[in-house]
Amino acid sequence: MLPFLIRRLSGAVVIMFLIGAFTFFLFYSIPQDFAELACGKNCSPQNIAVIRENLGLDQPIAAQFRDFMMGIVAGRDFPQGHCPAPCLGVSFASGDMVWDSIIDRFPLTLSLTLGGLVVFLVVGLGAGLIAAWKRGTAVDKALSGASIVLSSFQIYLLGPIVLGLLVYSTGLMENPKYVSPFDSPGGWFLGMLIPWVVMATIFTAQYTRMSRSTMIEQLQEEHVRTARAKGMSRGYVFFRYAWRGSLIPIVTIIGIDLSSLLSGAVVTEFTFDLAGLGRLAVESSVNKDIPLTMGVMMFGAFFILMLNIIVDLAYAFIDPRVRLS
Amino acid sequence: MTTLTKTEGAGSAPTGSDPFLSVRDLYVRFSTEDGTVKAVDGLSFDLERGRTLGIVGESGSGKSVTNLTVLGLHNPKTTQIAGEIVLDGQELIGARERTLETLRGNKMAMIFQDPLTALSPYYTVGRQIAEPYRKHRGVSRREAHLRAVEMLAKVGIPQPKLRVNDYPHQFSGGMRQRAMIAMALACDPDLLIADEPTTALDVTVQAQILDLLKDLQQEFGSAIVFITHDLGVISTMADDLLVMYAGRAVERGSVGEVLRSPQHPYTWGLLSSMPRLGSDVDKALTPIPGSPPSLLNPPSGCPFHPRCAFPEQVGGGRCATERPALPEGRGAACHLTAEQQRTVFIDQIKPRLG
Repeated sequence: MLPFLIRRLSGAVVIMFLIGAFTFFLFYSIPQDFAELACGKNCSPQNIAVIRENLGLDQPIAAQFRDFMMGIVAGRDFPQGHCPAPCLGVSFASGDMVWDSIIDRFPLTLSLTLGGLVVFLVVGLGAGLIAAWKRGTAVDKALSGASIVLSSFQIYLLGPIVLGLLVYSTGLMENPKYVSPFDSPGGWFLGMLIPWVVMATIFTAQYTRMSRSTMIEQLQEEHVRTARAKGMSRGYVFFRYAWRGSLIPIVTIIGIDLSSLLSGAVVTEFTFDLAGLGRLAVESSVNKDIPLTMGVMMFGAFFILMLNIIVDLAYAFIDPRVRLS
Repeated sequence: MTTLTKTEGAGSAPTGSDPFLSVRDLYVRFSTEDGTVKAVDGLSFDLERGRTLGIVGESGSGKSVTNLTVLGLHNPKTTQIAGEIVLDGQELIGARERTLETLRGNKMAMIFQDPLTALSPYYTVGRQIAEPYRKHRGVSRREAHLRAVEMLAKVGIPQPKLRVNDYPHQFSGGMRQRAMIAMALACDPDLLIADEPTTALDVTVQAQILDLLKDLQQEFGSAIVFITHDLGVISTMADDLLVMYAGRAVERGSVGEVLRSPQHPYTWGLLSSMPRLGSDVDKALTPIPGSPPSLLNPPSGCPFHPRCAFPEQVGGGRCATERPALPEGRGAACHLTAEQQRTVFIDQIKPRLG
C-alpha cells in the first residue's frame, strides 16, 4: 500500500507541475496586457509602467514562469507584501492574495459539498437499494419513476420553488446563508439545509438509478447464486455479496462528483446567493482577474488529482484483485 | 420406489424404503416476453444415499434447471413449478424460504460449473468455506476457520493453513474447483448436486477432481446428482443414468445398461457424436441432425421426432402425435418396440461406435 501511495503522490506532484505550467502559458498567451488589466480603467501610462515592473511583467517569460512556480512552492514577495507559499499571486481586482481569497470561500464550498454528499448518498443509495430489493414491485416502480422525474429538474428551477414555498410565502425557514459551524452548529445546519437538499435532489436521482441497476446486475452474478446455494439469507447475500460488488462503480462516480463540487457549485451558489468557489471562479473570469482565475483553476485541479488517488485507494480496499497489481 | 437401484455391484442395497431424493412429475415453466418456456416437462427420478445419478443431455435440456429447482434457487416471480420434490421425507416445493435456507449448504449442496465466477472475488476462500459452517452449525468464527482449513486439506490443497487466507484469484482453476467442493462439503451434505463440475477444467485436472469427488462420496456417503454433457465423465462417475431431452427424461437405467445397449434414438445420437480415443481419426463423427427444439413451443408427440431417423418404423405418425411414456426402471420413452430398438442398435448404430 505504501509504495502505491508514494508512487501516486509523486505522480501527482509531476501532474500538478504540468497543470501549473499549462495554466501559466495558457493565460500568458492571451493577447491582453496584464498590466492594463491590473490597473483598471482610466489608468495613466506611468501607473501601467509601475505595475508592469511590480508584477515582473518586464522580465523574460522564463523568469516569470520560474517566479510563478517558485511562488507556489516557496512563496514570493510583491510590493503589497510577502505572499507565503502556496502563493498564487495577487488579485488584480481586490489586491488581496489569491490564496487568501480562495481559502476565504472554501469553507462554504466544503460545507455545501459534504452536506450535499451526505444527503444524496443516504437518500440516493438508500432508494436505489430499496428499489433493487423490491425489484418489479410498486415500490420499485415508484422509486425509479421518482428518480427519473427528479433527475430532469434543474437546480435553478427547483431552488426558487423551494425558496418560494419555505422562505417567502410561509416563512418556515430563513434565506440560506453560511455561518461557520464552529460559531453556531445549528445556524450552519439550518442555513445550509435548503441548498443541500435542492442540490442533492439532482444527484440523488443519479445514485438511485445507478445503485439499483448495479445491484440488480450483481444479484445475477454466479457467486451471488453460490452464496444463496450455501444457505445464506437473502439479506446477507444482498449486503455482503451484491453490495460489495456494486461499490466500485458507485465510488467512481462519488469521486467524480466530489471533485467537481469541490471546485465550486456555480449554479447552486448563484441560486441561493452563496459565495463559494464557484461564484469566485465566475466573478474572477468576468472581471478578467487573471491571477484569481488561475488560482481557482489550479485549486480545482488539485482536488481532482487527490480524489483520484483516494478513489484508487478505495478500489484496493473494496476489491482484493486490485491489491496485487 | 427403487426405480434406479436394481443394478448389480457397488452401492447401497435397495432397502425398499422411500428414496432419499424423489422427484415426481416435476414441471418447471418460466414466463418470458416471448411466452412460456417449458424448461422441465414431467420429470421423475429417485436417488438413494451413497449413489450417484448422472444426468446427461444437450444444453437447454433442463438438467440445470431441475437441480436449481431442487435447491429452490429459481426466481419465484417468473417460475411456475408443479410436482413434488421430496428430500428425506421433506417436501421442498412450496417450502418456506427459511426452511430452504436451513437445508441449502447443509443437507443439500451444489457445486457449480465455473469456479472462476462462482466464488466471490471479494472474500477469502477460507471465509467462503467457513460461512455455511458457521451459519448451519452455529459455531464460532475460529472453529469455522479451522473447519475451512480442514476441508481445504481434505480436498488436497497444499499448505491449507496458508492458502485458507488467499482470495480466489490467487488460486488456479483446479484449486478453485477444489475450494468449491470444500465449500459444498463443509457441512457434510447428504445430497450433493454437481452441475458440470469439470467442464471448465482441463483434462488432467478433470480426472483429479472426479477422483476427489468419488473419494469424498465414499467418506461422507452423500448422494450425488452429477450433471454433464460428457458421456466419458459420466461412465466413470455415475451408478445410474438419466438422459434428458427437451425437459423430459427419455431414457434411464444403470450406466452400464444405457451406455452398452442404449434404447433411445437420442442416446444413440449422443453416443455417435462422441469422439473415441481408439477410433480411426479419418472416420467422421455423426452429429445429431437438426438442432435442439425451442422449449417455448416444443414439438408435439415425442419431442425428438423432428430429428429422429426412425419414425417410419413406428408408423401411423404416432411419433408426432403421441407422447411416449418412460417406463419405470430401465427403459426409454420411445415408440419403437424393444425388438426394433435392439435390431436398429445392433445393425446400424453399434458399427458406427467402433
